[in-house]
Amino acid sequence: MSHLLEVEHLKVTFPTYGGEVQAVRDVSFYVDQGEVVAIVGESGSGKTVTVQTIMGLIPAKNIKDGNVRFNGKEILHLSKKEMRKLKGSEIGMVFQDPMTSLNPTMKIGKQIAEGIRKHQKLSKAEAKQKAIELLRLVGIPNAEERYHQYPHEFSGGMRQRVVIAIALACNPKLLIADEPTTALDVTIQAQILDLMKELQKKMGMSIILITHDLGVVAEMAQRVIVMYGGTVVETGTVFDIFENPKHPYTWGLLRSIPNLHDKEKKRLVPIEGSPPDLFSPPKGCPFAPRCPYAMEICVEKNPTPFHISNGHTANCWLNDPRAPKVEAFIAEGRE
Amino acid sequence: MSEEILQVENVKKYFKIGPNQTVKSVDGISFAIRRGETFGLVGESGSGKSTLGKTIVGLYPATSGKIRFDGHELGNLDRQTQRKLNREMQMIFQDPHASLNPRMRVGDIIAEGIDAHHLAKGKERQELVYHLLERVGLRPEHAERFPHEFSGGQRQRIGIARALAVKPKFIVADEPISALDVSIQAQVVNLLDDLKQEEDLTYLFIAHDLGMVKHISDRIGVMYLGKMMEIAESSDLFEEPLHPYTQALLSAIPIPNPRLARKRERIVLSGDPPSPVHPPSGCRFRTRCPYATDICSKVEPAWKEVKKNHWTACHLYNQ
Repeated sequence: MSHLLEVEHLKVTFPTYGGEVQAVRDVSFYVDQGEVVAIVGESGSGKTVTVQTIMGLIPAKNIKDGNVRFNGKEILHLSKKEMRKLKGSEIGMVFQDPMTSLNPTMKIGKQIAEGIRKHQKLSKAEAKQKAIELLRLVGIPNAEERYHQYPHEFSGGMRQRVVIAIALACNPKLLIADEPTTALDVTIQAQILDLMKELQKKMGMSIILITHDLGVVAEMAQRVIVMYGGTVVETGTVFDIFENPKHPYTWGLLRSIPNLHDKEKKRLVPIEGSPPDLFSPPKGCPFAPRCPYAMEICVEKNPTPFHISNGHTANCWLNDPRAPKVEAFIAEGRE
Repeated sequence: MSEEILQVENVKKYFKIGPNQTVKSVDGISFAIRRGETFGLVGESGSGKSTLGKTIVGLYPATSGKIRFDGHELGNLDRQTQRKLNREMQMIFQDPHASLNPRMRVGDIIAEGIDAHHLAKGKERQELVYHLLERVGLRPEHAERFPHEFSGGQRQRIGIARALAVKPKFIVADEPISALDVSIQAQVVNLLDDLKQEEDLTYLFIAHDLGMVKHISDRIGVMYLGKMMEIAESSDLFEEPLHPYTQALLSAIPIPNPRLARKRERIVLSGDPPSPVHPPSGCRFRTRCPYATDICSKVEPAWKEVKKNHWTACHLYNQ
């Protein structure tokens, strides 16, 4: 069976006055039908650029290499028209900031109906009906009334629901959600995550969820892709990543968050140093300068993925049989 | 010296936003912070936690109520005492990009308080700046640089050095880590922890990330729509939250453990927080509270010590 989405050897750079920023350097991953895949990483890890490339939001001149196949079809070099069609019918996107992703001068209902009319060739009245249904689907009370309101009359959580409604308007096979709850309060975040889970089950779509919050990952994802310095450093099922991580960066991420269930106060273990400079990324492993276990080869040569188990890979030389055994200290007793 | 460094008594802070409209950001809050403790203040956006922090350090004048710091009542002090208190109470801000003047060198940013309070001059001032930079994990040569040359985490360190420069006793840290990456957050939290031990500081730590607040705080206060809902020792609050709002807030935190996250039942609150311009009558939380009854809309629940050192304002505990 082929994958719903396949990204291979993607490379994206941006020219700036300071030189060329190598935002994404050889990223490969896949997403299957009906799967929730989380991409985790810090700012500058390349996670947002990766999905923007999938969505056709990055100019072709910046994409230096790679393939993106959706449903078996190459989509990286589609014409504007074909891409628009794909976005309108098969891939939906939810952005981080619900305050800026809606048009402030346009009524909510119209913003939802716009896409429906364009892509599904429905009449005005039918599109309106569908838009109201969508508002109900994403849990907005008084949908008929709300249809005629402007974004400023909605709270942050409600706006994000509207953005989700727009993304779902054309029953997409894949929903890309870039930090969908980062701008929201925790109680509202819980509402939106529940909504996304419920809709995913109901509609059977796949979700790529970009986040830096490991709690959100644990709750939502089936598979996890950990990115660092423009590359994928580890991928596996959510249980592989949380219970048997094989990359020191993943260890670091897991250790640097406090455990809510600790009885006594333990000192946090941060990752020292700061993320790599993407103008001149290191020749070897991007994490080597911050890695407490770095060896000579790490600085010399960027590791290729080591297969740990079925579907679990880690780009770290420590997984080479010749490497010294490192006692991976993962946050013990994390329950 | 009293055990409590800060006493807040029925403090209110209202903002007029129109001819007949007032936002009651902080609406009658009383609590005290003990010398040497870290008091965590949590709440969602619009709960008034930042306003309360800024009112305490005097960035906003309180609309009414009393704030006592180290035995002095804020508001009607002579100039000299006021200056002393300004020095002893410092603040660290949320956004490390907005809180440093982009046109000043880091050394001058850090020394601004030293100059204003005439604490050191010339060589001594320079030595002090170098020392402070090292204290927060930066290098002396960074003093000559400008803020844009630093990452977010480093800028937050500069903000911390600036606060430390005037030898404060009490620091209000307003969301000091929310703008930082996960791996950097832990660095800054550890730094704040170390400084507290070494400099005998007291913190008011404002944040919405409950995991970090629990980690750093001795006691925690939970705010909702301008009111304090619950105050308890940090472990008590997490083990046995009394107020329905606290319960919902805690259950909304995503747990970074996939097995547990899949098992757990969550209390998902319906609706959004009401507007602070027209807060609900009685208990402010009643519109979203799963246990609300008649009395909740009529009578504001009293602030009560339900268990030892565990205070809450909820009718459920008023039998």
